[in-house]
Amino acid sequence: MALLEIENLAVEFQTSTGPFRAVDGVSLKVDAGEVLAIVGESGSGKSVSMLAAMGLLPWTAKVTADKLLFNGIDLLGMSPSDRRKIVGKDIAMIFQEPVASLNPCFTVGFQIEEVLRIHLGLDKAARRARAIELFELVGIPNPEERLGHYPHQMSGGQCQRVMIAIALSCNPKLLIADEPTTALDVTIQKQILDLLMRLQAEHGMGLIIITHNMGVVAETADRVIVQYKGRKIEEADVLSLFESPKSPYTRALLSALPDNATGDRLPTIAEFLSDDQIFAGAVR
Amino acid sequence: MLRFIFGRLAVLVPTFIGVSIIAFSFIRMLPGDPVMLMSGERVMSPERHAQIMAELGFDRPMYAQYFDYLVNLLQGDFGSSIISKRPVLDDFLTLFPATVELSICAILLAVCLGIPAGVLAAVKRGTWLDQTIMGTALVGYSMPIFWWGLLLIIFFSGYLGWTPVSGRISFVYFFPPVTGFMLIDSLLSGQAGAFKSAVTYLILPTIVLATIPLAVIARQTRSAMLEVLGEDYVRTARSKGLSPFRVIGVHALRNALIPVVTTIGLQIGVLLAGAILTETIFSWPGIGKWMVDSVFKRDYAVVQGGLMLIAAVIMIVNLIVDVLYGFINPRIRH
Amino acid sequence: MAVVDTNAVPPSGVAPPSGLAEFWFYFSRNKGAVIGLAVFLVILLLAVFAPIVSPHSPSIQNRDVLLLPPAWSEGGQFTYMLGTDPVGRDILTRLIYGARFSLFIGLVVVSISVISGVMIGLVAGYFRGRTDTIIMRIMDIILAFPSLLLALVLVAVLGPGLLNAMIAISLVNLPHFVRLTRAAVMTERTKDYVIASKVAGAGTTRIMFLTILPNCLAPLIVQATLAFSAAILDAAALGFLGMGAQPPTPEWGTMLAEAREFIQRAWWVVTFPGLAILITVLAINLMGDGLRDALDPKLKRS
Repeated sequence: MALLEIENLAVEFQTSTGPFRAVDGVSLKVDAGEVLAIVGESGSGKSVSMLAAMGLLPWTAKVTADKLLFNGIDLLGMSPSDRRKIVGKDIAMIFQEPVASLNPCFTVGFQIEEVLRIHLGLDKAARRARAIELFELVGIPNPEERLGHYPHQMSGGQCQRVMIAIALSCNPKLLIADEPTTALDVTIQKQILDLLMRLQAEHGMGLIIITHNMGVVAETADRVIVQYKGRKIEEADVLSLFESPKSPYTRALLSALPDNATGDRLPTIAEFLSDDQIFAGAVR
Repeated sequence: MLRFIFGRLAVLVPTFIGVSIIAFSFIRMLPGDPVMLMSGERVMSPERHAQIMAELGFDRPMYAQYFDYLVNLLQGDFGSSIISKRPVLDDFLTLFPATVELSICAILLAVCLGIPAGVLAAVKRGTWLDQTIMGTALVGYSMPIFWWGLLLIIFFSGYLGWTPVSGRISFVYFFPPVTGFMLIDSLLSGQAGAFKSAVTYLILPTIVLATIPLAVIARQTRSAMLEVLGEDYVRTARSKGLSPFRVIGVHALRNALIPVVTTIGLQIGVLLAGAILTETIFSWPGIGKWMVDSVFKRDYAVVQGGLMLIAAVIMIVNLIVDVLYGFINPRIRH
Repeated sequence: MAVVDTNAVPPSGVAPPSGLAEFWFYFSRNKGAVIGLAVFLVILLLAVFAPIVSPHSPSIQNRDVLLLPPAWSEGGQFTYMLGTDPVGRDILTRLIYGARFSLFIGLVVVSISVISGVMIGLVAGYFRGRTDTIIMRIMDIILAFPSLLLALVLVAVLGPGLLNAMIAISLVNLPHFVRLTRAAVMTERTKDYVIASKVAGAGTTRIMFLTILPNCLAPLIVQATLAFSAAILDAAALGFLGMGAQPPTPEWGTMLAEAREFIQRAWWVVTFPGLAILITVLAINLMGDGLRDALDPKLKRS
């Protein structure tokens, strides 16, 4: 049984200029222990599909799907209170801006311990012990002292480690990472990615990485999904995607990499393909 | 943190001096000379006039007079009433608790109703509930509160007969003031029905005085909450599977309250201004009414002293609010 | 995300909307603001055409119709639509004439506060240093007093009356505009377009007034609108306390002061002047809210 199974997901936002389809008929599957990368430009709807699965979209969003199953449980038809038992515990998510994603008014210790209290029911001493354990796991030095710090006292890389610790606190089966390294320095990016991959291997979690960076995809993913303007364009295992991309859009994406550039100017996708051509060339 | 407090205190000193200069200049800005003002209608011979001028030091150079004034202030001498001859400070201390009691009740009402209303309006943004709450707040904010008080008196005291019109407690009850707060004193006195009486006298003035702060706090809370609800950390809180109550009431509210506390602090000054009107309408024996009466009775010593005292109170309250703000905003604390 | 040829003519061939049209688009989306504007214009017209619109004279006392209730109650007369006051003057007429005073007060107070506040704020924000510190200390001193109390004392010093009330209220409002302008100026003066102006050789005055000030206008306009309504309330409060416009001037607050002893017998003498204040202030505040939403780019809703 797949860990996460999504079929024909559609997300529509109500805006003042009419309804807007951010996600249009996307299907994907993730198994336990697998790393899936969802890649695409800004506005491709890659974050929105995952936010929809987690139930984190605002009320202006309408989510429909033929199937939205986590471990066989239907996420879509679930009541909000049932869903809250799963979210944060069995499925966890980390986000792009780590410092902004932590509450500035509470210590990082508070923010990690509240998950332990609410989902696992641990008492004070057990929470503190586990929090220290988690901080050590994600590589934060001096954990006892750090627990009492506020987010603004920590760097971006450290805050992302805290976010990872919070996400891992209840040993989730699936971790979704939404552009986890985009906001960080290049050297820190590598550290965080390595950390994520190590933890994924150690815990046997399913990991979904959302990114627009093909380099990250190459380093981390087992399988890749390419999205454009809310639709899935191609899905393949990572080696096949890079060696022989089947859809013209994927080929255009890969050729837009600075490493692949020839000549003086970086090619843009619009020079090659219109939307219709992109959609027509989709390989489902 | 201590540096922060000292920094605030340091700013206070020049402001205090400036305020004292204004209070000092006040009598001297009035037409006529100070002795004539103080003696009122009584006719005075020129020698007597000169004698009193010298006695009171009015013939000395301005800066010397100001210096004396400042020294007196720091020793707690705020002058004496022209009419009653009692020290201004004494009258102030007698009447201040009444205003404080009214103000505390009003700000409590404003906060206890205003913050939940603002939160509710923000969470239910765009719905009729939001528009009703904000519409009511706008009306409350646009209302002349002296008229609002009169309307309430017409309806609740006149038409329904539920509440009294003036004073702090029914004249039936008499007990010596211990704290100056009628609610506490009536309980301490042990007389049956005294506390209830004190409460009924307090209801209408509290509602009237609380109206504008309530409206402002509700609006401010809503706008702060709206901003906070769009922040990343609220999304993180939701992604942890926390209940909506916890997300809004703990994670969001804590951050939204930071600007709201500043607003509440600013409302203290508004309260003291509003107390002037409320106390006048309800004949509430506090410092607001005292000041208005003194202006009319031309008791300029009281006006001058009272001005100084009230400004001092506001400055101290603002300092406390600033320090409180430093406490709840961790970015300043660390 | 196709690349667009920026030299091409936009497909519809229509020019982008002018500043005024864009402003009106956002303003009119706020129903309350439009209603506020409409009501305000009605009040303005009533005030301007008061002698023509009013059924009676505001000052002539008619001994035959003392304390007449409104037309729809028992004993009321149609010609005295909202009833009469204790000396037989028509309340509706006095309310309409009162609008003149209130709007005039609002206009004068806002003009004085804004012009002086902006000038002082510009100087403080632009020059910084000691000038700034001194100015802000003075503003702090003014703010250390509760506004109504300060206005009351000032009027006591200057003598009761409408003009002195307006001066007092303007002074009390001053710090708000100074602070607002100063904050806006401090934000703008480090921006590139100001530095560019300086490099191009623009003089200080020119930079302050022609370069920086136009970009600080949005919050100023909103604050001015709110100050307008606050001035009306403050003037009415002073009138109510007997320190503003003096009887027999038909200023709404003064009318309330005269009516106070009649709250038991004649509710209409108390209700209508206050209602007039409420409606006027509400209309202006609604407009102010609409202005704020329309002028603040961050608040453009999706």
